[in-house]
Amino acid sequence: MDALDLARWQFAITTVYHFLFVPITIGMSAIVAYFHIQWVRTHNPDYLRLTKFFGKLFTINFALGLVTGIVQEFQFGMNWSDYSRFVGDIFGAPLAFEALLAFFLESTFLGLWIFGWGKLPEKLHALTMLLVHIGTVFSAYFILAANSFMQNPVGYEYNPATGRAEMTDFLAVLTNKVQLVTFPHVITSAYMVGGAVIMGVSIWLMRRGTPAADVAMYRKSARIGAIVTLVASLGVIVTGDLQGKIMTEVQPMKMAAAEALYETSESCAPFSIFTIGTPDGAAEKFAVTVPCVLGYMATGSFDKPVEGINPLRERLIAEYGNGSELVKDATYTPYIPVTYWSFRFMMGLGFVTMAMAAAVLWATRKGGTPRSTWWTLVIFGAPLAPVFANSFGWIFTEIGRQPWLVYGVMTTATGVSPSVSSAEVLISMIVYTLLYAALAVVEIKLFTDYVKKGAEPFEQPKTPDELSEDSPLQFAY
Amino acid sequence: MDLALIWFLLIAVLWTGYFVLEGFDFGVGMLWPILGKGVDAQDTEKRRRVLLNTIGPVWDGNEVWVLTAGGATFAAFPHWYATLFSGFYLPLLLILVALIVRNMGFDYRGKRADATWKANWDKAIMIGSFLPALLWGVALTNIVRGVPIDADMEFTGNLFTLLNPVGLLGGLVFVALFLTHGAYFVALKTDGPIRAEARAFATKSGLVTAVLAVVLLLVLGLRDGSIWSWLTTAVAALALLGSIAANARGKEGMAFTGTAITIAAAVATYFFLLYPNVMPSSTNPAFSLTIENASSTDYTLKIMTVAALVFTPVVLLYQGWTYWVFRKRITTEHIPAPQDPGRISAGTL
Repeated sequence: MDALDLARWQFAITTVYHFLFVPITIGMSAIVAYFHIQWVRTHNPDYLRLTKFFGKLFTINFALGLVTGIVQEFQFGMNWSDYSRFVGDIFGAPLAFEALLAFFLESTFLGLWIFGWGKLPEKLHALTMLLVHIGTVFSAYFILAANSFMQNPVGYEYNPATGRAEMTDFLAVLTNKVQLVTFPHVITSAYMVGGAVIMGVSIWLMRRGTPAADVAMYRKSARIGAIVTLVASLGVIVTGDLQGKIMTEVQPMKMAAAEALYETSESCAPFSIFTIGTPDGAAEKFAVTVPCVLGYMATGSFDKPVEGINPLRERLIAEYGNGSELVKDATYTPYIPVTYWSFRFMMGLGFVTMAMAAAVLWATRKGGTPRSTWWTLVIFGAPLAPVFANSFGWIFTEIGRQPWLVYGVMTTATGVSPSVSSAEVLISMIVYTLLYAALAVVEIKLFTDYVKKGAEPFEQPKTPDELSEDSPLQFAY
Repeated sequence: MDLALIWFLLIAVLWTGYFVLEGFDFGVGMLWPILGKGVDAQDTEKRRRVLLNTIGPVWDGNEVWVLTAGGATFAAFPHWYATLFSGFYLPLLLILVALIVRNMGFDYRGKRADATWKANWDKAIMIGSFLPALLWGVALTNIVRGVPIDADMEFTGNLFTLLNPVGLLGGLVFVALFLTHGAYFVALKTDGPIRAEARAFATKSGLVTAVLAVVLLLVLGLRDGSIWSWLTTAVAALALLGSIAANARGKEGMAFTGTAITIAAAVATYFFLLYPNVMPSSTNPAFSLTIENASSTDYTLKIMTVAALVFTPVVLLYQGWTYWVFRKRITTEHIPAPQDPGRISAGTL
């Protein structure tokens, strides 16, 4: 493998890994903030216990999201320096905004929240977790604006004198039409994840049944998690549908690649749920299809045809050729098996999560407790399915854009760092992979141990006025 | 004033913020084996928890300064960001790995009572604090001195290009300065034996820092110095000596302010030495990256300037407030029982 392939693999590994933790952080911070605010409003002990319990699980997860995020910011310059030179004018600004508006907010207020017991008045304390959540949402907005520029470059001009893309309209970058549908799609899918994690953990603790008095409390958190997941999944479907239409408009090849549609369809294009074909996907042997669904997903109508990969490819080759400094590719077609299957796994896992949330609501109605051993599938499946749905969504989005780095402007191969050797990329890739694997083992063990421990018994928290100079810290590492 | 020049200044401000703030938590991490060593295992554990809790609520916010510096460099000086990050590849990899294990150490150390667990994270914290302190010093000193850069703005050296005597001296100065800065912070934030030991240590490390820093700044200044860089060098030296004197008289707040000024003046010196370059080329001065040729367009810089002027004061305000919330000194007496998921408290059964 050359430096380009290694750099791509490294980006894929570190980004997918980072994004396992991101939706959990966004989703759980919202729900923990909700528990905390409910505690302050009602002083119902259950809410304080849930706040502290899920807050601890949240911080265990947040730590990994944070450290893997630092790698992301450095990686653009380290492995993709020509890309950074080319788009720094546009791409760098959202990143700087993200650090200034989001990272400071998240990290400072999380410190205040974790150590704030006995230091902050209770209302202010609950507010700090809400600010952490707002920070995560800001962060998502800016980084998605940067990514949307790569999907659909707007608000810029190419300057042939400097050979760089130059920003002309920051507002256009922030309100890119791809961004306006991607941001709500990502945020709602993060809420699905947050709700599902809380749901899975709560069901496990309910079924354990000790201490018996806590079952009602976990039923409450399971139902809150399930409601969040279910409502959010409706948002994911609506925004995903809108995204499909925008995608067809700005990157028709990606839509065709999602369906492995080689030739332009008739009207009412069918969507295949499952296909067995040749490895390159060019010939199908067996397929289960639903009529008209693809046509609707792509165009919003049942009559319009969907353009296929082959005619699109010819058009792209004719338009871009193979000569310029920034645009070099032979086929302008992504790797179809990956786009086809990742698209299906994304949707399939999303629907599975939705079904699990509905099942949890049904099983816990009127004080019910899920009994059958089949629920083990929900306990492990509920947190994992939407997390992997997120991963597949990103794999689809990014692979589907290939060979472009910035769609229509720059191909991936031209963005890699010229001064970095393949040995250096290989070393860093091995280091990250081993380190990340070790951290995953530690994280999962710690997370499950704290889940097994369950929520601490209720203890009336002390206000700052009730504490003296000599009182022990109410919370300490 | 020229917007690119303003951003040259703002990048200096961001690095100053980073080193003043993360500098002391690097210091605290490096002081683990020194101030975190008690009369017995129990005392050692309590001391380490005191150290950890002095920085617990703030280290993460401190670290964001470097992410902001990185993001701002990307946006304001894309060529600087691209050349530096791809050129200093392996040192940056080491810094990232160090920061990762150190941050995980801060977050995870207290989440189990198990001694082996804690001992492993202790190592992560110590090494993870030492390495970035050293390597940032090596990297920035090399930038100021100039590194091989070709006509295409690409770095042509390797890891060993950076490990030259002056670069390593720069690294040592950063380590010594952060140790002293960290010791002042511990003296300011704790009480009892740790406080006394921190002060005693700071006097010694402060003197070592002063000697090393004077040699470094002379070496750098004699080659590239301007009247401004000599002025900030003098400020750095005086503030450092002042901090040692203040510490000797028990004025911990003044001592800490002293090293904060030293760090700010040292960063200012580095940037005066750099000006008007951002990354001078030792291959050929004509290949140097300058404020002019490495910067973004005025449009981007204008937006960034507005954002920086509006939001940096807000950040400073709430970060400052955090330090106020956690202003109380911590002693071994204040440390509560450890958390441990393995130990299920009696009430839940």
